[in-house]
Amino acid sequence: MPSVTDILETMDYGPAPEAAGEVTTWLAARGTFGHYIDGAFTGPGTAFESLNPATGEVLARVAQGSAADVAAAVKAARAAQPGWARLAGHERAKWLYALARHVQKRERFLAVLETLDNGKPIRESRDIDVPLVARHFYHHAGWAEMLEEEFPGQGAIGVCGQIIPWNFPLLMLAWKIAPALAAGNTVVLKPAEQTPLTALAFAEICAEIGLPKGVVNIVTGDGETGAALVAAEVDKIAFTGSTEIGRTIRKATAGRAVKLTLELGGKSPFVVFADADLDAAVEGVVDAIWFNQGQVCCAGSRILVAEAVAGAFEKRLQARLGKLRVGDPLDKSTDVGAIVDAVQLARIRELVAQGEAQGATLHQAEAQLPASGCFFAPGYFTNVAPANVVSEVEIFGPVATLTTFRTPDEAVALANNTRYGLAASIWSENISLALDVAAKVKAGVVWVNSTNVFDAGAGFGGYRESGFGREGGREGMRDYLAAPRPKAQPEAETGRLDAAPHPGTPAKGAAHIDRTAKLYIGGAQKRPDSGYSYAVLAKGREIGLAGLGNRKDIRNAVEAAHKAAGWGGATGHNRAQVLYYLAENLSAREREFTDSLKAAGVAKPALEVACAIRRAFYYAAQADKFDGAVHATKTSNVTLAMPEPFGVMGIACPDAAPLLGFLSLVLPAIAMGNRVVALPAASMPLAATDLYQVFDTSDLPGGVVNIVTGTRDELALTLARHDDVAAIWYCGGSAGRSMVESESAGNLKSTWTFANRDWHGADGQGREFLLRATQVKNIWVPYGE
Amino acid sequence: MQTDGSGSGTNSARNAGVPLQVDWFDQIAVNTQAAERRAATLTTRRTVKKQWQAAWLVNAIRCMDLTTLAGDDTEDRVRRLCAKAARPLADPIMAGLGLERLTTGAVCVYPTMVAAAARALRGTGIPVASVATGFPAGLMPLDLRLAEIRYAVNQGADEIDIVITRAHVLDGNWAALHDEVAAMREACGAAHMKAILATGDLKTLRNVYKASMVAMQAGADFIKTSTGKEGVNATLPVSLVMLRALRDYGERTGWRIGFKPAGGMKTAKDALAWQILMKEELGNDWLRPDLFRLGASSMLADIERQLDHHVTGRYAASFRHALA
Repeated sequence: MPSVTDILETMDYGPAPEAAGEVTTWLAARGTFGHYIDGAFTGPGTAFESLNPATGEVLARVAQGSAADVAAAVKAARAAQPGWARLAGHERAKWLYALARHVQKRERFLAVLETLDNGKPIRESRDIDVPLVARHFYHHAGWAEMLEEEFPGQGAIGVCGQIIPWNFPLLMLAWKIAPALAAGNTVVLKPAEQTPLTALAFAEICAEIGLPKGVVNIVTGDGETGAALVAAEVDKIAFTGSTEIGRTIRKATAGRAVKLTLELGGKSPFVVFADADLDAAVEGVVDAIWFNQGQVCCAGSRILVAEAVAGAFEKRLQARLGKLRVGDPLDKSTDVGAIVDAVQLARIRELVAQGEAQGATLHQAEAQLPASGCFFAPGYFTNVAPANVVSEVEIFGPVATLTTFRTPDEAVALANNTRYGLAASIWSENISLALDVAAKVKAGVVWVNSTNVFDAGAGFGGYRESGFGREGGREGMRDYLAAPRPKAQPEAETGRLDAAPHPGTPAKGAAHIDRTAKLYIGGAQKRPDSGYSYAVLAKGREIGLAGLGNRKDIRNAVEAAHKAAGWGGATGHNRAQVLYYLAENLSAREREFTDSLKAAGVAKPALEVACAIRRAFYYAAQADKFDGAVHATKTSNVTLAMPEPFGVMGIACPDAAPLLGFLSLVLPAIAMGNRVVALPAASMPLAATDLYQVFDTSDLPGGVVNIVTGTRDELALTLARHDDVAAIWYCGGSAGRSMVESESAGNLKSTWTFANRDWHGADGQGREFLLRATQVKNIWVPYGE
Repeated sequence: MQTDGSGSGTNSARNAGVPLQVDWFDQIAVNTQAAERRAATLTTRRTVKKQWQAAWLVNAIRCMDLTTLAGDDTEDRVRRLCAKAARPLADPIMAGLGLERLTTGAVCVYPTMVAAAARALRGTGIPVASVATGFPAGLMPLDLRLAEIRYAVNQGADEIDIVITRAHVLDGNWAALHDEVAAMREACGAAHMKAILATGDLKTLRNVYKASMVAMQAGADFIKTSTGKEGVNATLPVSLVMLRALRDYGERTGWRIGFKPAGGMKTAKDALAWQILMKEELGNDWLRPDLFRLGASSMLADIERQLDHHVTGRYAASFRHALA
């Protein structure tokens, strides 16, 4: 050990290791872990090793879960669920409070264990992960307490299968388990195979407090175990992990009436404007991409800097990079610890090498890496073109890209030039500019002058291919609750649409002037691309012709919908005015629509039209009232939860109630600012096509509602596969529902599929439709002088 | 080895100052929450333990301006303080640490106490620092303030801690502030000048940055946070912003400016926190007394207790250590 006088020369920090004795003693005593099922640990069966990535040493052996293990866990959860849901909210709150308290009492134990298993610096597990875990259980104890009052009519979903990643093992467990339990669900959770140990310690805490058996079940294992859980008889799957696996899960759950939330990858922009506090922004980079070894789904991995300050910014960034300490994760002065395992390290190295090969310049900290263990020196790329692989692909390591922009518009364009949409960080001292960009960026979480700030009180989750669903806050609770499912109404099967002439079935007398319904795209009537029309029949008689739309018509309709982007920026009042006007014009033609529905063979035509008019009033009323919240999170922080429209949505309407079914779906979507491509009832599209003139006279901007008639499932398939459609609603049979969910995996669009329902009653309208038409963006705005 | 503060101020060429350059600071952006976050995490990101902690605490002593600035100061009181500055740790602690010689960086007193301090410190190599310019408020006619500087220097002060006119900052009257500080620097002559910004009165971190920059442009050798008499004295966020101003001035001019936090720092833990700040933001050069001073009165007693514990393994009692 150097002497005091030696150290006075060097002024080094010296080693400051956190003691790990308590944890290593526990690990040695356990040796091999079984699964935690029905309140007890199973025998280990086949086991694999869990390693310390900083040293390569074996920490413990952990069971590899089989399909039978998963089935046993699901069975236990199923058995426990009704009793757990029946408990008064206050009783569940007491259990969650006990979990919070016990996590706090074991805070250092859990932090050390997390650091050993994951490789993250003890500072982070101690100061960030574990306190947030406790905070999450406290927060959700509160939701359990208030559930009936805050979510009237809602109840538990049932058994939740939860699959969590290795980057924040215990924190992700808390994000999954706390809301599920608060809502009255029971869970089967599979931790990542790289980092199962804190989940197993948590299982011991559940046992320690005497949590009713079967409420929390933990099955360890690799991707196969996860696949078995996805395939099991669960009511919900909640997954956090890669976009690639998210797609697989989306397909595997398609058509199964399994609720799904996905929190996936990201390539989040970190935008530094010329008027930013550059030192603050540099420190932000440290908290963004050099946090947790860059293994953070919401990491600000694409640094975009205004050209005017790029030189000054990079100089400071370089200096700050030089101060980072890389090494022993248990050392209290370590900034960057170990990469989670050798596989991930190899992936980072490969991507970084590819980035360099494609012309980017790598700048790395000149840190002395430990001789063994999974370490990677943090850094960033310059000279990196948007087409470079490291601009597009999530590295999931401590390496960002640094590029410049000229104007705020270009910053937004670059920020949104990604298939992901998880988070964004915006640095500017100009609040007008910062909030303008916050509104324009496609991301579920936006941090102004800050980054990677988390709190249980705010929702977290992505846009685009970063997934759907939210965790945390009120919006997160919604994803673990369900209203009673509306009673399905039978729908006649639509036969094949026939484009050939139907001789001998004239609908009207000779004096009738023929009306041909075209498609309605961009506010104009368009001929179908196919050149075909099909006969619309009522009681076997032809009452008109409708265009037989095809994939190109869908393409054109989506393009037209994108051009009508101004609708999303209009005020709720503006949209309400249009919807009221629409109701007014529909009312003026009430007689005509009633007659038309009557001719089409609709059972109660007058009632359907009256109901449609009321519906327009209802969504006009909601247009400027369905709004967001300010969450109570950190001190001196306005955390805005803003419901935003998806943008362009596809809507496949029911065959029944051709007017009311159509408007019941289209109106809430456009009331929230979406533009839609709607597929009206195939057997009776004229009820919808008759609306063209109503739309035109109601000042509805062209492109907000686009209507393509034709075969529903064929057109819905094209919509589901369309990468520039953000969400799709589908009303119809189970085959179509399954198809839409499965085919939506391509861009992970948000889906809502359901059977036909009674459109006249309470099931036909409500806040549910508005919640489904929006995604919540949380914007964090710290303040203070 | 010799670990004292003597000869401080000789390692760097003195800041000659520059004419007022408003464009170096008038557009400065300082985000308060971000500065507070950085300050709050500095001491959670770095720590020193065992032998290293002992060495860092010793370093704090050699960078310390051991201070008495009270209305009831007497010459005897100042002599007692000087004795402690010359022999800040009890002999067994010194021996336990393997140190032969250690003094504080300076002793800091009122102008009327300079002569007594200089006499008491004769032969120790410890410089005498004097506050001046109508300390602490500074609201005296400029000619009287300049006369006070000359008086303190004549009495034997090696360093002068001046206070700025806060009104010039609050009014944005940068020319007046520059003129005033430049005149004070001239009055200091060979004595090093530390410019006290009284940041607790300036309130905003942007004001702190701007005042720092003007003081350096006007020729300050050190910038110093506080008199110890404001409502809020040295804080880490304020210090962080001053260091960034100091770094920026250095990048533009090449001059290396010293930093002195003062007021409210009472514990060994504070001593470590500020040193971590210096090392992280500026580097090891700013852990030496020529560029770093801690203005403190009671901190030394806590440091001595911690070092006693380090040497003996027993928790210490202050009454067993010599008073300052």
